[in-house]
Amino acid sequence: MLLSLDAATVRLGGRPVLDAVGLDVAEHEVVCVLGPSGSGKSTLLRAVAGLQPLSAGRVLLDGRDQAGVPAHKRGVGLMFQDHQLFPQRDVGANVAFGPRMHGAGRAERDAEVGRLLDLVGLPGAARRAVASLSGGEQQRVALARALALRPRLLMLDEPLGQLDRSLRERLVVELRELFGRLGTTVLAVTHDQGEAFALADRVVVMRDGRIAQSGTPLEVWQRPADAFVARFLGFDNVAPATVAGTVADSPWGKLPVPDGCAQGARTLLVRPAGVRLLPPDEGLPCTVTARTFRGTHVAVHLRPGDGPRLEAACALRDAPEVGEAVGVEFDAAEVVVLD
Amino acid sequence: MALPVAFFALFFAWPVAAIVRRGLKSDGAWHLGRIADVLAQPDIRHVLWFTTWQALASTALTLLLALPAAHVFARLDFPGKQVLRAVVTVPFVLPTVVAGSAFLALVGHNGLLDELWGVRLDTTVWAILLAHVFFNYAVVVRTVGGLWAQLDPRQEEAARMLGASPFGAWRRVTLPALAPAVAAAALMVFLFTFTSFGVVQILGGPTFSTLEVEIYRQTSEIFDLSTAAVLTLVQFAAVGAILAVHAWTVRRRESALRLVDPGTTARRPRGAGQWALLAGVLATVALLLVLPLAVLVRRSLDAPGLGYYRALTTSDSGTFLVAPVHAVWTSLEYAFAATAIAVLIGALAAAALARRDAGRLVRGFDALLMLPLGVSAVTVGFGFLIALDKPPLDLRQSWILVPLAQALVGAPFVVRTMLPVLRAVDSRLREAAAVLGASPWRVWREVDLPLVRRALLVAAGFAFAVSLGEFGATVFIARPDNPTLPVAVARLLSRPGDLNYGQAMALSTILMVVCAAALLILERLRTDRTGEF
Repeated sequence: MLLSLDAATVRLGGRPVLDAVGLDVAEHEVVCVLGPSGSGKSTLLRAVAGLQPLSAGRVLLDGRDQAGVPAHKRGVGLMFQDHQLFPQRDVGANVAFGPRMHGAGRAERDAEVGRLLDLVGLPGAARRAVASLSGGEQQRVALARALALRPRLLMLDEPLGQLDRSLRERLVVELRELFGRLGTTVLAVTHDQGEAFALADRVVVMRDGRIAQSGTPLEVWQRPADAFVARFLGFDNVAPATVAGTVADSPWGKLPVPDGCAQGARTLLVRPAGVRLLPPDEGLPCTVTARTFRGTHVAVHLRPGDGPRLEAACALRDAPEVGEAVGVEFDAAEVVVLD
Repeated sequence: MALPVAFFALFFAWPVAAIVRRGLKSDGAWHLGRIADVLAQPDIRHVLWFTTWQALASTALTLLLALPAAHVFARLDFPGKQVLRAVVTVPFVLPTVVAGSAFLALVGHNGLLDELWGVRLDTTVWAILLAHVFFNYAVVVRTVGGLWAQLDPRQEEAARMLGASPFGAWRRVTLPALAPAVAAAALMVFLFTFTSFGVVQILGGPTFSTLEVEIYRQTSEIFDLSTAAVLTLVQFAAVGAILAVHAWTVRRRESALRLVDPGTTARRPRGAGQWALLAGVLATVALLLVLPLAVLVRRSLDAPGLGYYRALTTSDSGTFLVAPVHAVWTSLEYAFAATAIAVLIGALAAAALARRDAGRLVRGFDALLMLPLGVSAVTVGFGFLIALDKPPLDLRQSWILVPLAQALVGAPFVVRTMLPVLRAVDSRLREAAAVLGASPWRVWREVDLPLVRRALLVAAGFAFAVSLGEFGATVFIARPDNPTLPVAVARLLSRPGDLNYGQAMALSTILMVVCAAALLILERLRTDRTGEF
């Protein structure tokens, strides 16, 4: 393993910000840590970088314990949230900073700067002032600066956090392609699930300093580990239920569930696509409270006569008006038994 | 951290302690009863009362005259604003004796007002109050105006949209945000005027005496050390209390304000009200700050053919052993040495204080650093003579004594200028450098130093100006054959005759030009106006 965290714990003011976290990152793997703000994901990066001492546990790089190794000797790259470019230096000097600290000569540095700026799509920008860069350009310079040392592990803290949506979507594809080409090992943190799913080979969801789930983007999306992960991914149709065979007894009534589910008292997730609208006198009676246009479909918010609110996804031309009465039935293929 | 602490312990705490011990301890016993005895004397009580009320009056008058200027500098944009800002600041870095002589030339015997209308104010308290305003105008304008310019005008606009009148919006939104800065500035002015020495010494005559002047009188004229020691303690306690309150207000000011780029908040004056305000401020500056200095220069030129300046180059008059102009070089040498010491000590202290993990103890040191600004400089000077006269530290014969005393006063300015800048350096920039392979020392050199270089220069300039003008301590320890400029001016003023008076005016003019030049260079360097001075 390139990076291993072994029960890594960080306490700040007595409160555990990182609570016995175990995590392995293999060479050439791109891992995204996903979590709401305050879940400890930035602290995780800082602990690996050596900027935040551990209260307990170990950080191992290439199997070697990093306790007592200061940040500047760990050989990992970190791209900071909002970039932290040195304001008094130009683009070239920012990128060349790392090689200069490691004693590279001027000619070597200049060649490296040119190569990296080409790589991140900013050829010839070396003499530009940092203040004159747009947000996306700053992000590219910060990436070039972090890559200049060819770190064995590159860490990204909210790499695309402050950029606008279209730029973010374009850059995430570029980054994914770049990391694949360079074979870089990457540990990134983000609160944006779309970013994490697009970037990562593996997604790690964090909650309150602990790892709530780890898996490929598809695994996490299809089978959230628990109600927290499900809600964090944007699923709201979550409720307790008692599963017996292929039927679950829930606040919404009896629901069909797939074969072979865990039995007994469980938490149930119904994906919006699995909530089907029927004429008013069939199924579970509901009232439409809101409609949200989502591009490819319409999210219809429903208030059942009994039980928690429901969200249904349906085609634009089928969407009922606000205030209309409808009936609801559930599709077993879109129902997930959690826990 | 260790070096600044040692410096202040050795050259500040120890001499002050020595004076107190000399005054209150005899035959191996402490005579604390002296404190009550001294404080019971009617003339001492009178000094205490005068010191307090003149400081209060000076502070109130300064606020009254300078707050409109703070508004004008913060919110109005007009041609010549940069020049005016520099002009306003010149008095603050001027030596007190220069201000004293300038006001003497304006309102004193044979002064401008005396000639024009037969009005003399030098025997009244007004001369002292006006001179104090002259000095501290810049403190209020810079401290309050600096913050005011950074307050987002949209806050007021938001209040207007919610139905507040223009005045109501100002009172409910801007004033509360400004209040801590106003309080901090007022406390600084109070501190400076409470401990005023040079101004009162020159303008107060025999009638008016502040604590500091009284300490000087008791030590050097009456040789009553125990009274001086008691007064020193009283002043120490008062200054400590003022600084504690000041530290508290500063901490409040640092909290929770969203600041914007000061360049974006000023607008051209609009409407009669704003033009009148601008005119009023300009008139105040002209009358109160520029006129005294102009009169000073004018008086120094009274003798035909620059006679007073030429007289400075000879030692004929007998006031000094050397030609008075020699004092210029002495002063410059001392000031350079003092600046070097002050910058070294101050920068080290500021670096230690700026660390985010600085403990309670270190932060306490922050407040202690300000003490030399307020503790009687006279005491420090005399303490030097008493405490530093025994081996291994026998410095009485050494020239370094004067720069050391001056550095003591200059170092707090260095700390005050550097600290906000150092604190503003984003610690994640340092972390970014560390992750890129910079060792802690390289981090300081590559990240901190480029960002604070300008502040360091500004701090050095302030320390230089302060050292050049330092009077209270220097008057004790400067050797008679080697006076500094302020000491020479004071000595010339204390002697009768037109020639001495004219030479004093000429020397003061030279001193003023040197200080103003130092300041104008600073103003070019200084871009942020968030510092406290």
